[in-house]
Amino acid sequence: MKKVLALALVLCLMIPAMVLGETVKIGVFEPASGDSGAGGKQEMLGMQYANKETPTVEIGGVTYDVELVYADNGSSTDKAPSAAQQLVSSGVSVVLGSYGSGVSIAGSQYFADAGIPAIGVSCTNPQVTAGNSHYFRICFLDPFQGTVLANYAFNTLGAKTAYCLAELGNDYDVGLVTYFKQAFEALGGTVVDEYFPTGTSDFTSYLTNAAMYSAEVFFSPVSIAYATQIVQQAASQGAAFPVLGGDTLDSNVVANAAKGTNVALTVTTFYQEGANEAFDSGFKAWLASDSEAMTNNGGNDMIAAVTVMGYDAYYTALEALKAAGSTDSKAVMAALPGVTLTGVSGAIAFDEVGDAIRNSAFVKKVNNETGDWEFVTEQTVE
Amino acid sequence: MFNTVFPYLLSGISVGGQYALIAIGYTMVYGILRLINFAHGDVFMVAGIIMVYMAASGVPLLVCIPLVLLLTSLIGFAIERIAYKPLRTAPRMSVMISAIGVSYTLQNLVLYITGGLNQIYPTIPFISGSVTIGPATTKVVTVVTPILTIVLVFALVQLINHTKVGMAMRAVSKDFETSQLMGININRVISTTFVIGSFLAGVGSMLYFTNYTTVIQTSGAMPGLKAFVAAVFGGIGSIPGAVVGAFIIGIAENIIKGLDIILFKAGLIAKPMGLATFSDAFTFALLIVILAVKPTGLFGEKTIDKV
Amino acid sequence: MAKKKWDSASVLSALVILCLYAAVFIAEQLIPPTSMLFTVLKKGATYALVAVSMNLLNGFTGIFSLGQAGFMLIGAYTYAIFTVPIAQRAIVYQYYNGGVVQFTLPVFAAMLLAGLVAALFALLIGLPVLRLKSDYLAIATLGFAEIIRTVFQWDKLGPVTNGSNMLRLFPTFNDFNLRNAQGEITVYLSTLVPLLISGVCIAVIVLLINSTFGRALRAIKDDEIAAEAMGIRLSSHKQMAFCVSSFFAGIGGAMLAMYQTTVQAKSFTTAMTYEILLIVVIGGIGSVTGSCLSSFLFVACSEWWLRFLDQKQVIGGFEVPLLRNGFRLVVFSIIIMIVVLFFRQGIMGTRELPDLFRKRRSPAKGGEGK
Repeated sequence: MKKVLALALVLCLMIPAMVLGETVKIGVFEPASGDSGAGGKQEMLGMQYANKETPTVEIGGVTYDVELVYADNGSSTDKAPSAAQQLVSSGVSVVLGSYGSGVSIAGSQYFADAGIPAIGVSCTNPQVTAGNSHYFRICFLDPFQGTVLANYAFNTLGAKTAYCLAELGNDYDVGLVTYFKQAFEALGGTVVDEYFPTGTSDFTSYLTNAAMYSAEVFFSPVSIAYATQIVQQAASQGAAFPVLGGDTLDSNVVANAAKGTNVALTVTTFYQEGANEAFDSGFKAWLASDSEAMTNNGGNDMIAAVTVMGYDAYYTALEALKAAGSTDSKAVMAALPGVTLTGVSGAIAFDEVGDAIRNSAFVKKVNNETGDWEFVTEQTVE
Repeated sequence: MFNTVFPYLLSGISVGGQYALIAIGYTMVYGILRLINFAHGDVFMVAGIIMVYMAASGVPLLVCIPLVLLLTSLIGFAIERIAYKPLRTAPRMSVMISAIGVSYTLQNLVLYITGGLNQIYPTIPFISGSVTIGPATTKVVTVVTPILTIVLVFALVQLINHTKVGMAMRAVSKDFETSQLMGININRVISTTFVIGSFLAGVGSMLYFTNYTTVIQTSGAMPGLKAFVAAVFGGIGSIPGAVVGAFIIGIAENIIKGLDIILFKAGLIAKPMGLATFSDAFTFALLIVILAVKPTGLFGEKTIDKV
Repeated sequence: MAKKKWDSASVLSALVILCLYAAVFIAEQLIPPTSMLFTVLKKGATYALVAVSMNLLNGFTGIFSLGQAGFMLIGAYTYAIFTVPIAQRAIVYQYYNGGVVQFTLPVFAAMLLAGLVAALFALLIGLPVLRLKSDYLAIATLGFAEIIRTVFQWDKLGPVTNGSNMLRLFPTFNDFNLRNAQGEITVYLSTLVPLLISGVCIAVIVLLINSTFGRALRAIKDDEIAAEAMGIRLSSHKQMAFCVSSFFAGIGGAMLAMYQTTVQAKSFTTAMTYEILLIVVIGGIGSVTGSCLSSFLFVACSEWWLRFLDQKQVIGGFEVPLLRNGFRLVVFSIIIMIVVLFFRQGIMGTRELPDLFRKRRSPAKGGEGK
């Protein structure tokens, strides 16, 4: 009886797979809600646009339809496991994501156990790929980004004292602050680092702290939700120091918060609008034709770097599927290390850890009058 | 020394005022129903969300403000009628669980409506600008908050002490059953309490979100919890107690955030200790200490359990 | 009273439980391990244990504690700290030079330790807190859970707790699967073992509830003063119940760590305690069977059955309105409100599994709970 029941269960589970036929599923493991929801949505836009552009892929001589399967990890490490399991149980061949490092690490083990490879899009913490063979990523890493930021703060902004603020328990924030601190202290500066609990909205006292320590730069590589608050509260306190952030702050939402204030906001990021005309115009045309996409992009058609990364990640996944010659996730995993392509954000190739070989980052600065990002420089570290 | 501490005091007083407005709702409901209304913090958050959507739909701000307050009061009224009134004879734990259920429902509804993204609160003129006081620059609302809080509390105390409804409230909180026998319409008194509590939470939400401009479904949880702690700290059931408790907690919390630098400047510690991490925990530590020393809070009346 | 015979209902209950375990074992060998069914069973087993441990306090002793998440956190951290393989410590404790703990314990020893540490904390916290009455006790335990969470996140304790960063790479449920020399899985046990652990713990709690001690606790719940007059020492009984409950919450925390594969203090919030409290209420306050059933139902609804509400559904060319991200939770919370308002007894009330097999419902409770 039990066996019959179990067999029936197996059949039930197999039916959807048979009906769908020649479709390959790519999992999208991104936050659509929570503190990083705005960023996650922009990253998904890149994938959706790429999917619109190239909806099919030829694998082993057969043309497959590509289906994006979404799972919202809610920007939080406790919601990430169930989102990851949702993707695993829906039988995806490869996973793209996530926007944040913490959720990527929290979901990682589930992908590993199921033998599904994952391509990190903008999760920059080393922990994501360290010590495992299934996680890859196409963006640069925090030790690199932290060094770029420290150099910029010390050499260009001329700061000798830096105040760092990160969210407690956010692996991305804490990691980037740590690497920034190492690099900045190596240059001869002093660093004060403080951490705020999740859900904080009152940053006035932290901003006061920074002023009290006579910090010359305020480094806060936090989620978009906190970044907007910090920028606005810094503006109303008349903060004298410039605010510096990592790739998460490169969002039109944050830029908008700095609009009409005199907060000098600088970030490091993966892409600067205008670097690839064909992509820019195509993407903007798509946004203009799709009102939901426009809303998800924060209401205007400024291109976020994470969108470009999402776009490149999608094509990386397609290349991997082609190279694998099969939709089997294990074959895709075996093929991924050898994948190379020229993406919009630059050339993509993986090193032995599974990290992208990248050595340059863009530095952008907000224009307080227009609320647009302006290109400052492209930095490399030896 | 004063220059070092002053900015933290200022932030603390402002936050304290906002906690006070929420704490009154907790303390009044507890005084009458002996119920920890866990959903109160979420009513505060919902008031913020209504404001966001109303302002976005083009309603002029001056119309928005009274409308939001009216709607928030209505929500408080509706919650009581739907979720608490049917349980009036049930054990107290059931009502408390119902409150947790309402809190869960409100948060999930807002998550659904907003898509779980931070909403930017509209800028209310007059109170959003910056002002410089001594060594600190801050928003006007920071200064307005404590004054408005005191005015509202004063009005409320007058209402309770000198009107018929107020007298009924006091009677009900002293003895639920007897007052019912005396011909007091219990349901009306309870509804009034919820309306007043929600109204004040609505005012609190305007001040709070003008200061910290984004609203998300979890925005009400922490302020709500802290306001509740403030109410317990001051002696739950006592309105002045809730206000004093709220100011103490608001100030303490901000001082803790700056404790490293204050101690550092006073020469007591050589390097930062990361004490800012404990700003939330300190609130609860304070609560446990006061409960251990004086279980009824600072201004609480001593109750005797009848066997 | 003291001696209880195995009546036919109890035997039948035991048989049902055995059959369920057998079914799980068979299902695990046949169905692909990626199925959502196993996720639900693993998480359900974890929540069942924690819910029963909370029920022991709230339902059987009448202590309204809201500190469960705090004790789970202690359990989860204790387990994780002592089981991260030494070779991986440098990666996990990357900012703290590999941390100070440089040895590992076997999985089951670490789980036991997780429970013991949680019980130790409960002992310390119980001293000031258990003197308080109902609501004050609830809010004080809630406060303690928040304080514990912050302390574990403190940077200065980083060499032990890894600060606020994630602990990971420790053994998880999947490590219970038996493998052959090539590393291929031969027998799947990753779902059965957590169910067994949870089952054994719950059985211990049931035995405890049906002992003299358990009856004393129920007497305290019904009337403290009368119980005291009968010669029951209130403080020591309450203290004991609090510690036992925390012990199992600690083990539950360790299981949650294994289920989640990572541990981070910030996820053990009051929302988690509320969730468990709702499970207890839906199952029926004072019913172990109810807590178990509702845990599995709660997890299945939130993780599996209601998932379709979060996605656009097109049925026969008609797009069902309202369905988008978050709708699942709205429906879910409305269901909960309906249960709380209209089915106050929950699924089981105070009945247990054997009671279902008895024709005439006798007031006496007992038998195997789960």
